[in-house]
Amino acid sequence: MSNTLAPSAVQALKGAYKGVFKISVMLVAAYLAAQWLSSILPAADYRSLPLLGNRTAVWIIAELHLMFAAFVLGVPIFAFITEIIGVATKEKRYDDLAREFTKLLAMAYTLTAVLGCLLLVLFIVLYPKFTSYLSKLFKPTWLLYIVLIFGEVVIAYLYWYTWDVLQGAKKYWHLFIGVMVNLFGTALLFVADIWVTFMMSPAGIDDAGNLTSLWAAINNHTWMPINIHRLLANVAFGGAIAAAYAAVRFLNAKTEEERARFDWMGYVGSFIAIAAFIPLPFAGYWLGREIYQFSEQMGVSMMGGGFSWLWILQAMLIGSLFLASNFYLWLGMGRIPGAERYAKFQVPMMILLTIGFIVWATPRSIMATSAEMAAMGGSHHPFLGLFGVMAAKHTAVNLMILTTFFSFMLYRRGNRIPAVPWAATAKVVQALVIAAAAAVVLGYGVYSYYVPSNIRIKFSIYQVAAVLTAMAVFVAVDIPMLKGAKEFGAIRWGQIPARAQYALFFLAISFTWLMGLMGYIRSGIRQHWHVYGRVADESVNAYTMTHGHATLIVSGITIVFFLLVSVVFYLAARQDREPA
Amino acid sequence: MQRWTFHIALCLWLAILAGFKLLIRPPMPASVLTIYMVLVTLGIMIFVAANEARFQAFLAPLKAVFEGRAPKLVQALVLAGIPLLAAWGTWLRTAPSYDAPFEARVVHPQPPLAMQLSGKKLNLAGLQNPLRANAADLDKHTVEGKRIYYQNCFYCHGDALAGDGHFANAFTPIPANFRDVGTISMLQESFVFWRVATGGPGLPKGAAPWLSAMPVWQNFLSEDEIWKAILYIYAGSGSTPRTWEEAPKK
Repeated sequence: MSNTLAPSAVQALKGAYKGVFKISVMLVAAYLAAQWLSSILPAADYRSLPLLGNRTAVWIIAELHLMFAAFVLGVPIFAFITEIIGVATKEKRYDDLAREFTKLLAMAYTLTAVLGCLLLVLFIVLYPKFTSYLSKLFKPTWLLYIVLIFGEVVIAYLYWYTWDVLQGAKKYWHLFIGVMVNLFGTALLFVADIWVTFMMSPAGIDDAGNLTSLWAAINNHTWMPINIHRLLANVAFGGAIAAAYAAVRFLNAKTEEERARFDWMGYVGSFIAIAAFIPLPFAGYWLGREIYQFSEQMGVSMMGGGFSWLWILQAMLIGSLFLASNFYLWLGMGRIPGAERYAKFQVPMMILLTIGFIVWATPRSIMATSAEMAAMGGSHHPFLGLFGVMAAKHTAVNLMILTTFFSFMLYRRGNRIPAVPWAATAKVVQALVIAAAAAVVLGYGVYSYYVPSNIRIKFSIYQVAAVLTAMAVFVAVDIPMLKGAKEFGAIRWGQIPARAQYALFFLAISFTWLMGLMGYIRSGIRQHWHVYGRVADESVNAYTMTHGHATLIVSGITIVFFLLVSVVFYLAARQDREPA
Repeated sequence: MQRWTFHIALCLWLAILAGFKLLIRPPMPASVLTIYMVLVTLGIMIFVAANEARFQAFLAPLKAVFEGRAPKLVQALVLAGIPLLAAWGTWLRTAPSYDAPFEARVVHPQPPLAMQLSGKKLNLAGLQNPLRANAADLDKHTVEGKRIYYQNCFYCHGDALAGDGHFANAFTPIPANFRDVGTISMLQESFVFWRVATGGPGLPKGAAPWLSAMPVWQNFLSEDEIWKAILYIYAGSGSTPRTWEEAPKK
């Protein structure tokens, strides 16, 4: 997928052919390797792997595969969104940006496929009995998955090679190919989620584990919540990786022009990442609710039992993401002439964010010495314990989202003064809308403590609806208000302190670490089951490891992922420097 | 004003620490105080670093000290203060203590999929309180539950169901406070039934160290009596059990 080749339909077909050939070879090699290993190793339900052990080996490869899969699904979504913005605004730089990121895909596809094949071999060789059970159960979906992989590869190559050919009047054809790439990518994600979610919340099988309804097994309790959660997370992840790539290039830039280009690129990446990140807690809450509803045992394990400690780490990371996003925006306002008008909002916003973060990170059950426990009368603090329940967390996270959104809006209008005569009224409406949403969030948050849990859960929907409505109304007013606005001056792209770029790294690393951590919780709550409540894990690994051990593995995976991503970035940057 | 950024930030940090230490009662455990102060530090530092002029103003006094431009006394205080603070921190961490170690107690122990009740297996998934099926008899059962509660549970869980019965302070931790929003109102009745019927000895290994002096009530009460007592603790504490609008797919 070299960009040095002249784009043409012939090359598109050649590229697609090369991709199909590569995937076919890898799949055949994986199948043959698995068959050969199975034939020479003694027959067993489980086979052990020296050094790492079965579970850890599968865990590392599966997680890395998932992260690269998120990369190759997230980046095309990111590229497609920026391409659409380019068409809508008629600004070529958006089209160039989309093209730049699509270029990253070739290497990432190869790595995803290699890791996927390796995972397949590990499954077949180390967990033969269970893999055989699952593949028999879901045979049609495996076939669909393979068809989708080939489809995705062919269309992705077409998407890249036709970029320059399908410009101008033909641009809509290119956008259509972009839609297809993302449809295939999303379909792949949805199919892979079938197997994962079936293992968590099995349906469509009888007591003996025989299939009674394939559709029920597919459309199990957690399938759609995970689909939506992962889809949003992929967009956020794609944006964050794109922003991190821009940050690397910014820090290595030699000229002002380069700095300006990559500063802008980092901004667009972070914008898309944060925009997708904002609804993510709502989708996560839906998933958590479905898990709880499917099995109280899993729900309690996750939120109140042994795994609840990991949520404190999650809270720290998510709270830090909010802080980092605002930090980046506020630093960015330093390069926007006129944005100093809004510096006065930073103090109240930081107070709100910090209080929100404190509430978000307050544990319900507190680590305490026996003297502290005696003083509290147990492991729940009579006052702080109120912040440890979901009613408080929802209120906090909604207010943090609202604050971050407000930061965005201030950033957006940084150098502009509305020219429309009704601007003053519009600003009052915007202020009222934000205030009303905050009041709804706070009001329902407090009222939540006085109602039964099934009603309390509905309140969280009202809180989310209030925040989303406020955002929609604010933007709906903002767009016409800023049409034809006067400008203080142009944004001085490139003139941003280097530390802002580290905030972009932080976003990407935190997203990745969170994916690993939350994935571990989701998978770990099955405990000693392959398929929860139906097929027991009878291997020596059917135990829950310590949190310290588990988080070390997650951290290690994150480091390996970024080392591999660095290679992708390096190759892309080198390609740029090579003469055409 | 901006030239005092460092001093304001430091005073704010100390004021918040003092507030947490002095205003929250009972005292905040050290683990929570650490989390809160890390977040406060993060909040202050992010705010300071988010504006170039503010950041440089914040760094100015530090640069003055470390570049030797500050008064000698200030330099001496800072340079002596840093190792002294480190030494104090080291002493606090290494000094022998007779306190029991921290206990990582989970919020709720994880219920099993099934439990043993008087020799028979009872699946907890989908288990409902059978006494709620007939609404006409609900009040009668609740009154009986109240009697059972006062004969058996009251001594620990208290008259107001707030975990403050006569014997409560003999236990660490004290018995559950049913009026707390984080206890029974968070749970389905099947969970509460399991906890009551199997007591402390029925707690899973995964929930360790879970300290509970609760007896195995199935040895003293019938299945119906346990359900009745559960009806009463919800009614008496003004809470309702967690329920779901729709049944899980089978």
